[in-house]
This record gives sequence, C-alpha cells and structure tokens, in this order.
Amino acid sequence: MNWTAIGSIADIPLRGARCVATPQGKIAVFRTADDQVFAIDDHCPHKGGPLSQGIVHGAAVTCPLHNWVISLETGKALGADEGAVRTIPVRIEGERLFIALEALASKAA
Amino acid sequence: MSEKLVIIGNGMAPGRMLEHLLEAAPDRYAVTIFNAEPRVNYDRIMLSPVLSGEKAFEEIVIHGDGWYIKHGITLYKGHRIVAIDREAKTVTSDHGVTESYDRLVIATGSVPFIIPVPGKELPGVLSYRDLDDVNAMLLAAQSRAKAVVIGGGLLGLEAAAGLKERGMDVTVLHVMPTLMERQLDPAAGYLLQKAVEARGIKVVTKANTKAILGNGKVEGVELMDGTVIPATLVVMAVGIRPSTTLAKEAGLEVNRGIVVDDRMRTSDPAIMALGECAEVGGHVYGLVAPLYEMARVAAAKLTDSEDRRFVHSDTPTKLKVTGIDLYSLGDFADGDDREEIILRDASAGVYKRVVLQDNRIIGTVLFGETGDGAWFNDLKKKATDISEMRDTLIFGQAFQGGASSDPLAAVAALADDAEICGCNGVCKGKITGAITGKGLTGLDDVRAHTKASASCGSCTGLVEQLLKLTLGEAYNPAAVQPMCGCTSLGHDDVRRMIKAKGLKTIPAVMQELEWKTSCGCAKCRPALNYYLVCDWPDQYADDYQSRFINERVHANIQKDGTYSVVPRMWGGVTSAGELRAIADVVDKFDIPMVKVTGGQRIDMLGIRKEDLPAVWADLGKAGFVSGHAYAKGLRTVKTCVGSDWCRFGTQDSTGLGIRIEKFMWGSWTPAKVKMAVSGCPRNCAEATCKDVGVVCVDSGYEIHFAGAAGLDIKGTEVLGLVKTEDEALEVIVALVQMYREQARYLERIYKWAKRIGTAEIKKQILDDAERRRTLFDRFVLSQKFAQVDPWSERVSGKDKHEFRPMASVGFAEAAE
Repeated sequence: MNWTAIGSIADIPLRGARCVATPQGKIAVFRTADDQVFAIDDHCPHKGGPLSQGIVHGAAVTCPLHNWVISLETGKALGADEGAVRTIPVRIEGERLFIALEALASKAA
Repeated sequence: MSEKLVIIGNGMAPGRMLEHLLEAAPDRYAVTIFNAEPRVNYDRIMLSPVLSGEKAFEEIVIHGDGWYIKHGITLYKGHRIVAIDREAKTVTSDHGVTESYDRLVIATGSVPFIIPVPGKELPGVLSYRDLDDVNAMLLAAQSRAKAVVIGGGLLGLEAAAGLKERGMDVTVLHVMPTLMERQLDPAAGYLLQKAVEARGIKVVTKANTKAILGNGKVEGVELMDGTVIPATLVVMAVGIRPSTTLAKEAGLEVNRGIVVDDRMRTSDPAIMALGECAEVGGHVYGLVAPLYEMARVAAAKLTDSEDRRFVHSDTPTKLKVTGIDLYSLGDFADGDDREEIILRDASAGVYKRVVLQDNRIIGTVLFGETGDGAWFNDLKKKATDISEMRDTLIFGQAFQGGASSDPLAAVAALADDAEICGCNGVCKGKITGAITGKGLTGLDDVRAHTKASASCGSCTGLVEQLLKLTLGEAYNPAAVQPMCGCTSLGHDDVRRMIKAKGLKTIPAVMQELEWKTSCGCAKCRPALNYYLVCDWPDQYADDYQSRFINERVHANIQKDGTYSVVPRMWGGVTSAGELRAIADVVDKFDIPMVKVTGGQRIDMLGIRKEDLPAVWADLGKAGFVSGHAYAKGLRTVKTCVGSDWCRFGTQDSTGLGIRIEKFMWGSWTPAKVKMAVSGCPRNCAEATCKDVGVVCVDSGYEIHFAGAAGLDIKGTEVLGLVKTEDEALEVIVALVQMYREQARYLERIYKWAKRIGTAEIKKQILDDAERRRTLFDRFVLSQKFAQVDPWSERVSGKDKHEFRPMASVGFAEAAE
C-alpha cells in the first residue's frame, strides 16, 4: 500500500474531525476520545451531509444534517437506517498520520 | 425493466400498501405517487391530538421525505390527477404532468360531506379532514371566540374537544337525540354527553341546521326551530363520502365507492382501488384497520405472491379525547333473540353492556372503563360460548376462573392470537415474540418493530402491560423518559443532580450518574454541555466538540454543506453604512443568496466554510457582531418604530427592543428565544406569538410570554403589566433566567410554561420580588462570560483548525 502523510494526530481535536482534500472529494479524518483515528468519505450515505461536521461519540459520528449515526469502523449506518460510506485505511506512526491513497484511487476507478 | 406502478393518493392505505410491497418485492415496480395534498404521508387519525396540542405534526408523519428518496419513489406533492386515459394507460395531473402506468392504484380517499344549507360557502366554514383544516382551525382558535361543530360523531367530538383545549367557546350540534348513535346505545350516549359537557362544551341534540348566517364571513348558525347560535368558526363533521369522481369519469364501475372485488381489483384489470374510496362486498370503510387490511391484500395482489382476500370484520370504535374512555364493537341493537348483560356504576360513571345471541357475544359497549374491550372482542371473534362464565362475564377477564384482580393477569390470560392493536392488526404473540426475540425494552421499540400502538395509540396501555409481563422488573412504565440511550435518567433528574452533586464537567456527570456509554451521544452531549454552561457560568469551560456544528462554527449549515451568516441588527435597525458593508461582502465573496429574515435581519446564504472567517472579518470592520441566528440562545428582538415615528405609538418600542437585545445577546438558552416589542396594541412587531414579547400601552408595558409560531401556533400568555422600562427589563430577564435554569434542552418557552404552569411562573417572577432579583443577578453574572463576540474571536484565530482542511493530497497523481 502506498501511504500518504496527512499530518499529525494533534492537528485533529479530541472527539473531532478534520478534512483532507483529495481529487476524489473530501475525506473526513476522525479522532475519538481514546485517540483512535479513522478516515471515511466526508459524505453521508443519506443526503450527502458533511460527516466531518458531526458530533463524534464512541467510534461513531452523527451527521449534522439529519442525525444519521455512522460507524467510523465500518462506515455503515447504525440503528434502523441503512447505508454505508467508504472507509479509508489509516496508519499511525508515533504522532504522524498516513492514509492509503492508492486504495482510494483504485476504489474510485 | 421494472413495471410502472402509479398511485393516485398518498394517504395511510396506499402508504401501508407500499410498505408491504417494498418488503415483498422491492425492485419489481418503478413507483410514482400523485398526492393532491402538498405533503408526505402522515397519520390522519392523529390529527385530533395535533388539534388539541398534544402532538406536533412532525410526530405524526409516517413517511418522511427521506423514505421516498431511499426507496426511489417519485412523489408529486400537490398534484391532483384530473384524468385517467385507460386506452393509453396514462394519468394527467392538474399541473400538466402525464405519467404512463402498467398498474394503477386509485386511493383518492374520501371527501367530507357538506350539508346543503345556505351559507355553507362562507369563509369560516371548515370541514375536518386534513392538516390544512387543522391549521385553519388553529388559526381561528387564536381569537378565543365561539365555534360551532355540526355533527356529534367521532370526528365532530374530537374537533370540539381540540378547539376547546385551544381556548374556544364550543357548541356541538347533533341532529340525533344522542351523541355517536351509530356506535353507542342511548345510555352510553347520555354518559358521553355528560362527559363532554363536563369539559365546558355545550351540546345541543335534535338540532337541525337551517342556515349558516353571516355577511362576508360566518357570524352564526340558525336552527330549524329559530334558535341562533353566534359563531366565528363552523366545523362541519357530519360524515364523509368516498371520492369517486375521477374513477367515474374514467368509466370504472362505481356504486357508493369504487367497486372492487375481494382482491382490490376494479372493473379494469390494470386498475386497483383501495382505502376509503373503495367499496368491497357492498361496504365502504372509514376506520383504519380494514383499510390496512385492504393494503395487505392489494400488496399481495401486486406481487402475485399469495391469494389473499379481503374479508369483512367489525372494527371497534374508540374516541381519541383524553380522559373520555369509550369502546364499542359489533351489533348492540335490542332484539327478541338477543340477551344483554349490563353493569352500571353511577358514581364512577361506568357503563358496560354486552349483547349476546345464543350465548355468544355479538356486540359490546363500554364507557368509563374499557380495559376489557380487547377480551370481549376476542370472545366475539372466536364466537366463544360464554355460558360457563355468564354470571361474572360483565366484570371482565380478571374475574374469570378465580384469577386475581391484578390488571396484568387479564393481559397475561389473553391468547397469543388475541388482537392488541386494532389499527395495525397486531396480535399479542407478535408483540411478545418481538420483545423477546429482538430484545426490545420500551414502547418506542415495540412501535418501531411491530407497529403496535403506532397509529391511534389507544392500545398503548396494553402494549405497556405486555412489556411488563415479558420483561418483568426490567420494565418500568412509570419511569420518566430517559434523556437518551446513554442513561436511564430524565432531563430533570440530570439537571437536579448536576446542582446537588456539584458536577462541573461532562466526564464528571457521566461518571457520577453512571452513564452507560463511554462518551455519550449526539443527544446527551449538547444537552449536558448546555446544563453545565448554564449552571456554572464562571467555572465550566464550554466543550465545543459537544456542540452541534452550527454553534461550533457560529453559522448555519445548509443542505449542501455551505453556511449562512446573519449579522446582528439591534432591534432590527440598520443604516446605510451597514447595508453598504453587507453589499461589499456579498460582492467580494460571490454570495449567491441574500434574504431578509422573519426576525428583521439580513441573511447571506451559500458561504463556503473556508470563507467564514474572512467574511466575519469584513463584517466586523463595519461594526457587526454575530447575530446568533444559529444558536440555542437569544436570537432576535423584533421591534416596530414606536413613539419616535408612529402616530399610534405609546412608548419607545424600538429603544426598549434594542436595550433588551444589548442586555441579553450572547446568552445560551435551552432552545432558541425570539422576542419582539410592539409600541401599541396594534402589535406590528407581532409580539404575541413570540417566546417573550412586550406590548406597550399608555399605562406601561404588558409583558407576554409562551407564544409560538412554528410547528405549533399559539398566542402568548400575559405575565403582567409593569410601569417602567427598567421594570420590564428586570421581569423579562428574570423570566428567561428561570427558563434557562429549569427547562429541558430543546424545550421552547411555551412547552416549559405548559409543564410548570403560568400561575407558578407569575408567582416566582411577579409576586416574589426577592426571587426575581436573584434570578436577574444570576443572569447578569452569566452574561459576563457569555457576551463575547464569537466572530471576532475566530477572526483573531480561535479554532482556526475548523476552517481549513488538514491537508490536500493526491492531486499530483491525478494530474498524470
């Protein structure tokens, strides 16, 4: 896998998210309360809401537009809703964060 | 390619049919719906609770917009079909949309029957059929004037109770000697009339309407005997008739309703009909249970999956008026071959009557105590021979076979196939099976998974008993509604404990109150954050990650992920310089939409998140601060021009509005707070539908509160009259502080006031000067920390991570 550096874990607020701009659209990179990091498409499967703007709780985020809850681990909608968003592999080396951009490109192709 | 299914009408019957169809064959049809009403599918039988204020429209929506999108269904809202071309197999709407079909379903429902008397077309004469009627009634009810309801049946009585609840003086006119004569015998009809009258509603029976009087609008109703009853609103609820015009014009066989066979097929094999417009075996139906059965049959027919046929059965009648319990089922007329058992308890207002034929129940009327309705219904359905229990039958199920009188025992003794929810045809076994099989723990779970108690709600008690029986101690129906799935505590308990235990951080609350999740959810975190901000203004550090995005970035997120920005214009007053600065910002950032808001502000929409700090910087240079249009906090104070300009103005309403806004801006509240100050009782600032309003009069300032003009429409209540501006400010600030300290998160002032009671609020704010002063002082302390302009903070670099991407990657590779 071809890992691309996107910055440091300290760039993301605890229980928060930042965006990474890519040719295939925005990727939302989340940091949970226990310092796990996840990356998913910044696009809710319901109506395309920017998931990076939602409230992060546990390993899940609530979409700011209509309150769908998306699992950061699987990308799937939790509860009664159905739908999924693409997940992107993340690697943490010390403080530094990498995402698998190659996987991104191939999936988009 | 999938077949084209076109449905005319979007009521409860076709909605339910689609649910069954999507479950059995999700991809078979491309579905298009034409709905003459400009909205989604909602629970029409819950309109009465909407009218009375017990529910909001949102709570009775069955399929939201998302549901149609998710299932790829095209829904034309507000399109009435005007023609069906059976040769070409197309339908055409009044807006000119033509759609072709392979299968057509007609579900046009019914239209209210309007009695043909002079004056029936006057403005102010309404029927009671859809949300538009309810909204029109709510508007009329604001006048608190007189209403006449013609028709003492189910709908008429529910309308009367709702209008009474909304403050109107209501008279019910009924043409027969007793109310609801088709569902109740005279004895129960008498008790019902007493119960209705006890709520302050006048009832006139044997009332033949001769004319509706009025010149340009309704002024009264005249009866055949010459009596005139004054009224500004007349609601006709005398019955419905199937809406068949379209089918008739298309040449389909139509009798009372559109004639269909027991599989819902009309005389044209490509066309089906269901719902209130359909006639099956000589019957037309108006209650939901048989309509839902039609939906099941129609869906089966559309999937060719099973040979399901519609069979007539009696449906129990219940009245949805809180506090009046009645239940009626089957045939209860007297007859030589019939016997009856009656129980009357005059002091308790109870009447029970069971009609028997050959030792089998054929009809039941219950008033005042209806708990055994389901059991009687079950005995009737199964044609059980009751001779063994005849002596105790009328006392109900708990008295049979020596069982205890524990109310739970009655439910426990019901057979698994006994029907619990009549609306949705859900039996006991299905509910208990779902509770154990799917691990359900509460009423909402059961509603979501089985639909039981999800329509009219009159079986809610039975479902709760089933939960209790199945879950034992684990279920407590008396428990308060928990804040969310993370805790079993309600909002009030959490607020109390935060103060009592001195909890000052979100983790402390979660630890001490034994939260079930590690870091809460999107429901509880914003609530806790607000409670802590409110209770410990000088000690708590606001947790921005627990705020909704709008409050985190101080702008309103829009559906496309852009934001809108509303600068504060104190009291709605602006200037050439301010307008010029806004115009420059709009040009510079290419802002696509500029709009004037209802709160006398200017809204700029479609701003990219990255641009927000720069937009704010430019606005800040012109002297603007955040308008908090995004906040659960003080939004706007609307004003009229008052005594400075207006020839009617009694006080300086503009000045007072600005003063209030400058004093209170920046404060966080449980839900948004909108205010207004009008300079005279003409009330041009519309202060009487605001959370807090002031209407100036010659002698001072009338303070209003608890109005609403959104989901609910409600006029304000008057808190009291004060003589000076200073007093007005102190009273308003104390009132808002009391609300800040007591209300549940997201609870608007009018809902909080309803819960606490106007009398209690008056007592604390007006009568108790010391209490008022301490509330005022606490608000002032809190403002020390709250009155910081969030826009200028962010222009200076606070939270800058919010507004720019973490990185941009991959663009080089893509360019190759």
